[in-house]
Amino acid sequence: MDNKKLKEIKETSKNVREHIISISNKGGAFIGSALSCSDLIVFLYKNFLNVNKDNYQSKNRDYFFLSKGHAVPALYGILVELGMLEKERLNNHLQTNDFIYWHPNTKIPGVDFHSGSLGHSLSIAVGVAIDLKLEGNKNKVVVLMGDGELNEGSIWESLLIANAYKLDNMIIIIDRNQIQANLYTEELIPLNPLNLKFESFGCSVKQIDGHNFLDMHETLKEFPFEKNRPSVMIADTIRGKGISSIENKINKWFVENNDFELIEYFNELNISHEYEFEMSN
Amino acid sequence: MNYEEKLIELAHKNENILILTAENRASIRNLPKVISNKFIDTGICEQTLVGISAGLALRGKVPIVHAIAAFLTMRAFEFIRTDIGYPNLNVKLVGNFAGFLSEGNGPTHQAIEDISLMRTIPNINIFCPADIDDLIKGLSTVINYNRPFYIRYNDLQPIVEHEEFALGKAEVFGDGNEIGIFVYGTLFNEAYNAKEILESEGYSVRLINLRTLKPIDEYEIINTINSCKTIVSIEDHYRIGGLYSIITEIIVKEKLIADFLPINLQNKFFKPTKFKNILTHEGFAANNLVNKIKEYLYKKEKKIDVEWSNVK
Repeated sequence: MDNKKLKEIKETSKNVREHIISISNKGGAFIGSALSCSDLIVFLYKNFLNVNKDNYQSKNRDYFFLSKGHAVPALYGILVELGMLEKERLNNHLQTNDFIYWHPNTKIPGVDFHSGSLGHSLSIAVGVAIDLKLEGNKNKVVVLMGDGELNEGSIWESLLIANAYKLDNMIIIIDRNQIQANLYTEELIPLNPLNLKFESFGCSVKQIDGHNFLDMHETLKEFPFEKNRPSVMIADTIRGKGISSIENKINKWFVENNDFELIEYFNELNISHEYEFEMSN
Repeated sequence: MNYEEKLIELAHKNENILILTAENRASIRNLPKVISNKFIDTGICEQTLVGISAGLALRGKVPIVHAIAAFLTMRAFEFIRTDIGYPNLNVKLVGNFAGFLSEGNGPTHQAIEDISLMRTIPNINIFCPADIDDLIKGLSTVINYNRPFYIRYNDLQPIVEHEEFALGKAEVFGDGNEIGIFVYGTLFNEAYNAKEILESEGYSVRLINLRTLKPIDEYEIINTINSCKTIVSIEDHYRIGGLYSIITEIIVKEKLIADFLPINLQNKFFKPTKFKNILTHEGFAANNLVNKIKEYLYKKEKKIDVEWSNVK
């Protein structure tokens, strides 16, 4: 990946963060959850998925399922950046005249399937991946899940089947921010050693820094990680990444801001972004 | 023609049809050999089976999903509601061993709230064939109708030849005006025999095989209530949420008056044994039905007598 592309991705990433926090004063949102996976989602749409404004309704495209539905502000953000969703519609957050609410739904152009109930998207993705294989279609399927979501048993059922059907056309990305709704994952229902759990279910697993685009690039260019196996990318992330007062704060699951806090957030984003640019230039 | 042969015929006509199961192969044992490229067995996991079928339907496929009715409608309930009903996906959910057909398996396998559960979900339709002939006659319409369906499967041998199937249209036997009997699915044969017995004893009876409970044939239900002095509903389902509820909702909505005898399970599990023995033991064999109906008519007459004596 050249510097120009990297710069473009970083710019988009900053814009998406702004879109995410811009709705937090409109009835609140789960922006901590969105900020932890926004870099991942930006990278996927900018440099991995074959999905764009022109082909998102075609059967011949890649599929993206945001299983951790609360992170939908990040998806809104990238869809705005890609020109599929009008930016003004974000102002309709929680308004009854639109469909911009706390979980994704297919009324939003570019959203492949609704989510909100945890542990569903993987089974739907398995269905899509099986069908792509049946049809000899080379497109791929990406599912992004939260680590807390791994408590759901349906995830592990789906993995058994993904292994049985040798679904090497799908990749599961775990937003490993170590925090679920109210508690640290390892305190509540420990997941570690998580990589071994996925490997024992027949997956090929890689672990990355979920805020490092170069790491994402190096890892995803090796997709599928192994022939005949589903790929799993465990991305270590920080919940609330980019806003220091939210980062890793256990009580910042749902955030509702006033206008003053919003301006503070925008300032913080701009400052850190400029700093990042200086470092990379 | 049996169910498997009909499925194969339909699958050959419609290239989008896929047959799925959660390792419940009872009704489709011979299919994998014939159409292995259209057959998916997910193993024993009803909720994920339903999720996968949603993914396939999202791609334009028509998944026909087989599982044990109790587990399909209850264990996978939220997946059906959220991933099939809400997006209105073209998935056919075939529930096996529903109602009394769970036979000796016991309460774990008794799907006696399945109608109630499925009809509550937006967009989900319900087909309850009376027997294998009724199933075969309805299958192509149900499968080719681009909407989700719950099919309460049974392969009972027919005792009548059914008329052509039409969605939301009941099948009516006779035009009697004393007793109107509503039935669907498993208990059709018993209800039909009960009608024959009652008629041989001089009663005037009509029998309504409802076939689809959603959409329901409101016209025929209202017509029967208006024409018959007494109506009866018969089902191997809980009283709550099944056919009795459907008819009473129509009665209230249309401001009708009816003498109504519901024959069903009143919030209890039934005795696990062979189908034939369940019918007799639980009081759903044709003779039992006749006795219940006659007893109801007798009490009704008595009540009228008592009211008259009070007036005097």
